[in-house]
Amino acid sequence: MEILKSASAGTIESSDAYVEIEPKEGALDIQIESVVKEQFGEEIKAAVKDVLDENGVKNASVRVVDRGALECVIRARVETAILRGKGEE
Amino acid sequence: MNKLVNSIREAISLSGLKDGMTVSFHHHLRNGDYVLNMVMDEIANMGIKDLTVNASSLFDTHMPLVGHIKNGVVTTVMTDYIAAGLGREFSRGIMKNPIQFRTHGGRPADIALGKTPIDVAFIAAPASDSMGNCSGKYGKSACGSLGYAYADAMHAKKVVVITDNLVSYPLEDWSISEDYVDFVVTVDAVGDPKGIVSGTTKITRDPVGLVMAQNAAKVIEASGLLKDGFSFQTGAGGASLAAAKFLKDIMLRKGIQGSFGLGGITGYMVDMLRSGCFQKLMDVQCFDLGAVESIRTDSRHQEISAMHYASPAAKSAVVDSLDVVILGATEIDTDFNVNVHTDSNGYIMGGSGGHSDTAAGSKLSMIIAPMFRARLPIVTDRVNCISTPGKDIDVLVTQGGIAVNPKNIELKNNLIAAGLNVVDIHDLKEKTERITGKPHRLPKGDKIVAEVIGHDLSIQDYIYNVKGE
Repeated sequence: MEILKSASAGTIESSDAYVEIEPKEGALDIQIESVVKEQFGEEIKAAVKDVLDENGVKNASVRVVDRGALECVIRARVETAILRGKGEE
Repeated sequence: MNKLVNSIREAISLSGLKDGMTVSFHHHLRNGDYVLNMVMDEIANMGIKDLTVNASSLFDTHMPLVGHIKNGVVTTVMTDYIAAGLGREFSRGIMKNPIQFRTHGGRPADIALGKTPIDVAFIAAPASDSMGNCSGKYGKSACGSLGYAYADAMHAKKVVVITDNLVSYPLEDWSISEDYVDFVVTVDAVGDPKGIVSGTTKITRDPVGLVMAQNAAKVIEASGLLKDGFSFQTGAGGASLAAAKFLKDIMLRKGIQGSFGLGGITGYMVDMLRSGCFQKLMDVQCFDLGAVESIRTDSRHQEISAMHYASPAAKSAVVDSLDVVILGATEIDTDFNVNVHTDSNGYIMGGSGGHSDTAAGSKLSMIIAPMFRARLPIVTDRVNCISTPGKDIDVLVTQGGIAVNPKNIELKNNLIAAGLNVVDIHDLKEKTERITGKPHRLPKGDKIVAEVIGHDLSIQDYIYNVKGE
């Protein structure tokens, strides 16, 4: 699935996550900032990767600013950003 | 006799302050305080070094202290609480000597016992006369009670009162009397009123907080302690205040006449006094304008010293007569040990204050906290810092269940009989981790940045530096 334009989802409120996505030629680049990086850094990266894979995203740059969101919230924010980046929403 | 001196510098000079001595401060002006910075800047200008600062609490407005530490003016810090911004600096390991954290009761105890002698106490006073009879109740910088300053005034070798409101002699209704005071200095302002007291403290509107607060009030109702003569302390946090509101409703509905409210007093406790829930308020510190106005005008609202409040070295203290206290936590472990010193990443962001004192003294000490904050579960296997030992905590109230310390079987039975959702603390931990995931433990630093001295005056834990960034 192609990301066609820059898009974002979520907020930087506590317990939420803010996700930005934009097209990137030939690479998948994931950057994560988190207030709970020590405690959940690996889990957050795995969840983001998982949602990108599920949606077949291969050429994109993704930035996640996590403010202590539950995993279901992170997944929902990433998915929404992907859909917006495809122009579907 | 003339105690009035022209400047802070002159007072410091006359006090005989020298390298290696101890100076002290109280924190009733909270984040609005100007006095600590004014005095320490002057001390630094005079070239005095290697001092111990014994302050009942430190706030982010005291950030210039970091410079005095780096320049060697201050080499030891003793306090009961450090706010988050300043705490972050200390957690980086800027001091060679560890900070000594005490409780609000332990600090005056160690001062009175001579374990932490004070050479010069600086007392910020919103009103004083020329001989040093002083009060926090009057003036543009009014803060209400001066409870934490009494031990300093009574035991320091020299006492300097700093005021922005010099009144004619004698000040009536003084808190600290002239017999303890050596020098009086007037300045333009001792603090910024906006930082001294919050305008109003508000109860939470967060539905999770309200459920917790309602549960807290039900626990108190079912505990068997809520009857005529009941005494109570709560913090100024949104959920604690909401619990007080629900408790007030129950007391009024049942016609229960309590004896006293204790603490850190807020406008909500004043409302409870005026509604007849209590006959007295015992006040070591005012948190808002409502409390300041009340302590000035209502004789039932009584100022108390920190010794009278909570000292383990006093012949008795009010905490020993306290029925119920509602307290907060950044973490609590399955042994009911509570952390209020460090945040989830290990940075200093608080301190015991009266937490450990009231937990030790009260018949029922309750922690009220959400199951998790920003994905981090409140219940852990072992807290990063033991601020208050589990033996002094009776019950944890969350939105997902009420965990009773196994040592308090009677309370557990009472709560079950009342139909409350009592859960094992291990089960509560697992239930929470099913929602959040299981967090990895923080790496521990390699340097002790603070020692935590408990209500019993013994060291009960150490805080380590936070690496990285």
